[in-house]
Amino acid sequence: MKNEQGRAILEVRGLTANVAGVPILKGMDLTVREGEIHAIMGPNGSGKSTFAKVLAGHPAYEITGGTVRFEGKDLLGIEPEERARAGIFLGFQYPVEIPGVSNSAFLRLAYNTVQGARGKEELDPLEFDDFIREKMKLLDMDPAFLERSVNEGFSGGEKKRNEILQLATLEPKLSILDETDSGLDIDALRVVANGVNSLLRPDNAFVLVTHYQRLLNYIVPDYVHVMEGGRLIKTGGKELALELESRGYDWVVEEDRANTSGRAAAAATTAA
Amino acid sequence: MSSVLDQLVNKPYEHGFRTDIETESAPKGLSEDTIRMISGKKNEPEWLLEFRLKAYRHWLTMEEPHWPNVKYPKIDFQDIIYFSAPKPKKKLSMDEVDPELLRTFEKLGVPMNERAALAGVAVDVIFDSVSVATTYKEKLAKVGIIFCSISEAVRDHPELIKKYLGSVVPPGDNYYAALNSAVFTDGSFVFIPKGVKCPMELSTYFRINTEESGQFERTLIVAEERATVSYLEGCTAPKFDTNQLHAAVVELVALDNADIKYSTVQNWYAGDENGLGGIFNFVTKRGLCQGANSKISWTQVETGSAITWKYPSCVLLGDNSIGEFYSVALTNHMQQADTGTKMIHLGKNTRSTIISKGISAGRSNNSYRGLVKIGAKAAGARNYSQCDSMLIGQKCSANTFPYIQVNNPTATVEHEATTSKIGEDQLFYFRQRGIGAEEAVSMIINGFCKEVFQQLPMEFAVEATKLLGLKLEGSVG
Repeated sequence: MKNEQGRAILEVRGLTANVAGVPILKGMDLTVREGEIHAIMGPNGSGKSTFAKVLAGHPAYEITGGTVRFEGKDLLGIEPEERARAGIFLGFQYPVEIPGVSNSAFLRLAYNTVQGARGKEELDPLEFDDFIREKMKLLDMDPAFLERSVNEGFSGGEKKRNEILQLATLEPKLSILDETDSGLDIDALRVVANGVNSLLRPDNAFVLVTHYQRLLNYIVPDYVHVMEGGRLIKTGGKELALELESRGYDWVVEEDRANTSGRAAAAATTAA
Repeated sequence: MSSVLDQLVNKPYEHGFRTDIETESAPKGLSEDTIRMISGKKNEPEWLLEFRLKAYRHWLTMEEPHWPNVKYPKIDFQDIIYFSAPKPKKKLSMDEVDPELLRTFEKLGVPMNERAALAGVAVDVIFDSVSVATTYKEKLAKVGIIFCSISEAVRDHPELIKKYLGSVVPPGDNYYAALNSAVFTDGSFVFIPKGVKCPMELSTYFRINTEESGQFERTLIVAEERATVSYLEGCTAPKFDTNQLHAAVVELVALDNADIKYSTVQNWYAGDENGLGGIFNFVTKRGLCQGANSKISWTQVETGSAITWKYPSCVLLGDNSIGEFYSVALTNHMQQADTGTKMIHLGKNTRSTIISKGISAGRSNNSYRGLVKIGAKAAGARNYSQCDSMLIGQKCSANTFPYIQVNNPTATVEHEATTSKIGEDQLFYFRQRGIGAEEAVSMIINGFCKEVFQQLPMEFAVEATKLLGLKLEGSVG
């Protein structure tokens, strides 16, 4: 594990959230510092994707408690587009298709909007074309992508690669990748992983939400967290992922249950 | 949850102001006397009065069509003003146009002053029942093009009007065409002689100003052999709580190798959120590809009107003639649209293309209705139709009613249809990339309508893009 002296980018404390009145997040705590890669693993339905979407501000979720600070500032009070401009990027599990809108027009509008908001220079179509072609090389993408409609008719792998291209374009501070590895064959997985590895800098950070360990063969996390029942129940180093792969999740859940009841008993003793 | 979308669709109507100008109006009501009065005011020849009276008598025997998928209270045809004109009625040169009118059209962004005009667009301006100005007339006359109001054409070119008026849409064609033939007041006339390529875009701007008045304009465009023309039509009206009737007739005639492109950006007042007020837009538009290798192309962007009932059509009589229909129809709030086209293939190897994009928001109802008919002699005819609908929100509806009649075994007819939805997830995707909801909706809609907007002349394409953005502000969620 890394030293804990890096500047905190994200601080989540006691976060709870509902969807359609049903509690999904039940007390999330997480701190992400500059230069770190975190993996959040856990069984289906543990709330991993919800957590990712809540950080990005998806309107379907209602925040019921807790705080989230991004670079020291409250995050929950601002709109999704403002969060994006501030430097939060969500790589979608299911990227949407936008017929009739070319990838290049979409990327350029997103880039210029974000640049403008960050007080940086916007690019005209020609300059942007040069810029984006460089980024595409990184991901081994065919420039013909630019003229196609956003995600329309893309294969699963192309869609995910397109997400990483957007990530590379927008240069976020914190990237949250929601099941980016799902639906990828081994070659696509390697390309995506190489992209992520090359985009990590000392002043940004990644949170990988994933169900399987295999992505972590290519992207080595500093921390592995296990999520269950809407909160993190265990945190370890990269070796935890391998342990989960061989032993499954049940033992972690058991361990947590024991700890929780132990704490409850201790609390009861203290109270008495 | 739908708050973002809602805010986006609910932008106020920009053209809802009323010009305070002295008008001369006929009393309400319709009778042979009203028709004689209109005809008299315009000093029309006897044959035209006869044309009107015949149409009126026929209209009396007809019934309002009930097949469109729209609902509205019964129209009281005696409660409408059939003629309203700004004073003075005398036709003036551009420098003498009432400054109040000039200001009105300036406010609407319509250039009436040639010096300040958009480069290369000649405009005929219709205010209530009369044409108040036509620009670039002299310049066009030099190459033999006639571009004037229909009233002037009746006076100055009676032989052409006699020959072509009612030749594509006969006076008894349908209920509203018959009404129009009886009471039409003004409109535009375009004549492009043999071999002439019209050097600029021609355009007519229609404005209904008087409450309780109807607008019944008549447009006639004739392109002789090898002639080409691109014509644009724009429309707006003030906000009134009452409904106003707009029943126009547009006729196009294309001779051998002629090419007519007709574009409309319709932004009549649509009524308020609860469906109070707005224009009833009951229009008959038809083009006749009379000559071999002729082509007629309709492009329409329909955003206004409480009710839209219109089917710009092509009769493909000449061998190898081509008909096209590109349409975007957007409905919001309580608007209802039943619109589409008819492609009637009569000649050999005739071809037609239909691209229709319907966008429904609010509690509106948007129907595409189209007929593709292949006649027995239309060997080798081909049609391709594509009808796409987009829904915004939970309470709107979209329908597609395609009618296909094929009487020749060598014909090829294709029909494709899709329905999509702007949903929260699509919007969230844009917003997560830093793009605001309003811009996102506009980008999604423009992507959806791309194939149609590409058909519009440049300035109109920009205008149409903006218009859809305005119309949809507040409708996303």
